[in-house]
Amino acid sequence: MTDHYYNAKDLSRFAEMGEEAGPLWQKFSAWYSAVFAEGALSEREKALIALGVAHAVQCPYCIDAFTESCLENGADAEQMTEAVHVASAIRGGASLVHGVQMRNKANQLGM
Amino acid sequence: MGRVLPTLQKQHAPLASGAEQRATLTTAPLPRSFEESLAQSSLYPLRATGVDILQVNVGKKCNQTCRHCHVDAGPDRTEVMPRDVMEKCVDVLAASDIPTVDITGGAPELHPDFEEFVERARGMGKHVMDRCNLTILLLPNYAHLPEFFARHNVEVICSLPHYRANQTDTQRGEGVFEESIEALRRLNAVGYGRPESGLVVDLVTNPVGAFLPGNQASLEREWKRELERRYGIVFNSLYTITNMPISRFLEWLEESENLEAYMTRLVSAYNPGAARGVMCRSTLSVGWDGSLYDCDFNQMLELGVADDAPQSIFDFDLDQIRRRKIVVGPHCFGCTAGAGSSCGGATVA
Repeated sequence: MTDHYYNAKDLSRFAEMGEEAGPLWQKFSAWYSAVFAEGALSEREKALIALGVAHAVQCPYCIDAFTESCLENGADAEQMTEAVHVASAIRGGASLVHGVQMRNKANQLGM
Repeated sequence: MGRVLPTLQKQHAPLASGAEQRATLTTAPLPRSFEESLAQSSLYPLRATGVDILQVNVGKKCNQTCRHCHVDAGPDRTEVMPRDVMEKCVDVLAASDIPTVDITGGAPELHPDFEEFVERARGMGKHVMDRCNLTILLLPNYAHLPEFFARHNVEVICSLPHYRANQTDTQRGEGVFEESIEALRRLNAVGYGRPESGLVVDLVTNPVGAFLPGNQASLEREWKRELERRYGIVFNSLYTITNMPISRFLEWLEESENLEAYMTRLVSAYNPGAARGVMCRSTLSVGWDGSLYDCDFNQMLELGVADDAPQSIFDFDLDQIRRRKIVVGPHCFGCTAGAGSSCGGATVA
């Protein structure tokens, strides 16, 4: 056991998740690879989406992995920063739009 | 062109020495050696399969000092292939069925006999490739080279890390991108990259940092679209090449504390298919002084061909060279990672 929750080196141990559940891991791996293969979207576009989502779900492993993936696929710092802003705008907007619910409730309760 | 940096040799840096580079590479702990990886793929000992390419490094002088350069080339380097060595290379080509000559450096065009060497190789019907840094084509004494290349149907393989300026200038020097685009325009103007001309210009991209190159086919499509849209430039193929942990890139890996993680990344991405297709199996590399190597990377690490093979172009024996055992080390993981890497880009689809 460690005395902290995240260790950068744990990312390389991801495949250990298949040790107790091989068939599930194999299905996940095959699906994961297929998701990121070039399709209607390029690998670079998918890596940028993944980078944005990684920030939205605040997964440090995903941020490391998809920063590298974005660079490998030819994205630059400007494009990657814009992707993070997109994710942040959705997160911020998602909070803010709930303000309408707050206003609805407040209006209902108020006189 | 912008700032030109001193080479490691000029700085008297320890990593200017091949032995010091090899020693530094052993400091990165790896889960397994390259030899063990080959053995697991039933490829050890790795042997040559023939000689399809004679890669001739005509010298280390260059008008640029790129941060990733495995040659430690630059304006202050003085190594230039002597006349007798070049003559011997011509003799070897004339007496053999080696179909392709790959001329590299430094900036190979700076060699005083570069054009004569090209003409003689083409005169024998050899396919000639020139590894060009592009900016050399803008210097007054070399501005005629696009026409020269076209006249002799030389395949021009040009370095360009990215179709955007920032990453190119970060790796190759301030202002290099703009000059490279102008040089590509001049190559296009004489027909290079246009399908009807038969003149081939390829681009080479190395990652600008400690990561692997992406999917070559996917990047090529994007590069073709973007270079044409932004600058009206056309080219034939894009080659993705992994940065080798050698010389100036090795120095940067150490300074930035990326060496262990980068080597681990290369090892974890080992691909047996790429190992089977490594370029050293079908290439022979000649140093500026006539010494023989399995590849240009081994040349810079001062790792000559195996002891039982001829060590110099002056002792050239094609049968012995064709059967030689390849000399390997931890740096070889750079050519077997992911889709593989060679002077012709990825080695597996």
